[in-house]
Amino acid sequence: MNRIYMDNAGTTPTSPEVLAKMLPYFGECFGNASSIHSTGRDARKALEEARRKVADALGAKPNEIYFTAGGSESDNWALKGSAFARQDKGNHIITSSIEHHAILHTCEWLEKHGFEVTYLPVDEYGRVDPADVEKAITDKTILISIMAANNEIGTLQPIPEIGKIAHAHGIPFHCDAVQAIGAVPVNVNDWNVDMLSLSGHKFHGPKGIGALYVRTGTKLESFVHGGAQERGRRAGTENLPAIVGLGEAITLATQNIEEKSLRIMQMRDRLIENILKIPYTRLNGHPMQRLPGNVNVSIQFIEGEALLLRLDLAGIAASSGSACTSGSLDPSHVLLAIGLPHEIAHGSLRLSLSDWNTEADVDEVLKVLPGIVENLRSMSPMWDDFISKNNQ
Amino acid sequence: MYSEKVMDHFSNPRNVGEIPDANGVGTVGNAKCGDIMRMYLKVEDGIIQDVKFKTFGCGAAIATSSMATEMVKGKSLKDALALTNKAVAEALDGLPPVKMHCSLLAEEAIHAAVEDYIKNNPEEAKKAGIEL
Repeated sequence: MNRIYMDNAGTTPTSPEVLAKMLPYFGECFGNASSIHSTGRDARKALEEARRKVADALGAKPNEIYFTAGGSESDNWALKGSAFARQDKGNHIITSSIEHHAILHTCEWLEKHGFEVTYLPVDEYGRVDPADVEKAITDKTILISIMAANNEIGTLQPIPEIGKIAHAHGIPFHCDAVQAIGAVPVNVNDWNVDMLSLSGHKFHGPKGIGALYVRTGTKLESFVHGGAQERGRRAGTENLPAIVGLGEAITLATQNIEEKSLRIMQMRDRLIENILKIPYTRLNGHPMQRLPGNVNVSIQFIEGEALLLRLDLAGIAASSGSACTSGSLDPSHVLLAIGLPHEIAHGSLRLSLSDWNTEADVDEVLKVLPGIVENLRSMSPMWDDFISKNNQ
Repeated sequence: MYSEKVMDHFSNPRNVGEIPDANGVGTVGNAKCGDIMRMYLKVEDGIIQDVKFKTFGCGAAIATSSMATEMVKGKSLKDALALTNKAVAEALDGLPPVKMHCSLLAEEAIHAAVEDYIKNNPEEAKKAGIEL
């Protein structure tokens, strides 16, 4: 069966070009970048070349890029590292209620260690109001952290405006840009960010590698203590094959971004338009200010996991914000934050596209989805109750 | 994460639908938690002659509903009341720990339907040796 992959917000396949660049660093170029000999020096050269590529993609300086094990580590480091570096200034952090768990659970941990966190609400489309950020600032605020694009509903945040507000108050601003890299143009100066998290496997790079951008002069505690790697702030022998892969992947992902996004957006909009023709469905997230590849819809009277399993049997990989896929009894915190009732949040479907998807993939999804929905509704007592109530 | 049997009962659920002249109906769960199960029974002479279900829920919810109907079809009311969630889960070659509540819901749905029958037909139930 020809499988269709529409879970690119979860992860993407590593591109062959990226893999080809990585392979020598498992073999002949196996050196430790800290070694003095030529094998080590070759490794150092590759490490710094990758760092330059990541910096170039973000409009940053190479010495502002720190390699990490991925988006979650970058988020943990930015939050914990800033909180502890600036605790003499205050103990208050501002974030949003729809951040990734790498931010939210880190904030909860910080709350247990004496920090106070404001979780800003979002509107029905998942947008943070910059005015709310400004209102939440106190003389104890030491960090603001807002994501660039939501991983579930794809909503883009007004990052440059929020950054401007943070800087006007002299507060460092961190942005989780894990979903944004390769999808929208990212520039740390235009965005007014002091720290920015990214993750390689979201844009056809390898898993287990990410980076944290840290603007020169930003106070940040070291995250891993040990050797002198990453200027002593993140110790441990560098994962060179993955770092080389990240450098290559981010270069490819940020080339021709507008042209690529336009093609992906056309597929996205065709999916949205046609899925919404199924009765009792709604779009989640902002209709315009959303990631080019994100489709998130709620399909009433059915449950998300059952829908995903049926799609999987039909050869389509997707994801959902239902409780059954979140590993708890509550559906996605993002869908609840935009005001969806539980029963509608349970029936959400996320299709996330990459530039590897084709119009033929879209055709196939649109061909099989309505039948699956109809079948699941036919066995749903909620659907029965709704129909009989309407007929009364 | 699901066994082959769970996937089989999810993909080809047995006894889906409703019984227009059912004499016992039970609904359990709620939409807020993401699972609702409704069981329809047609009971004659203390025996479950027919059983059907409708379920809003995840893969495990649909599979446990399907398996539970198979396990009580043709059985006595007493046997149906003795159905346990553990037996349903075992018949499906096990469920992931986070999905065990689905088998409990299937047990409760069968019990609720039987109790509905007993409430509506106390005399017949008494003949079958059951009182609420």
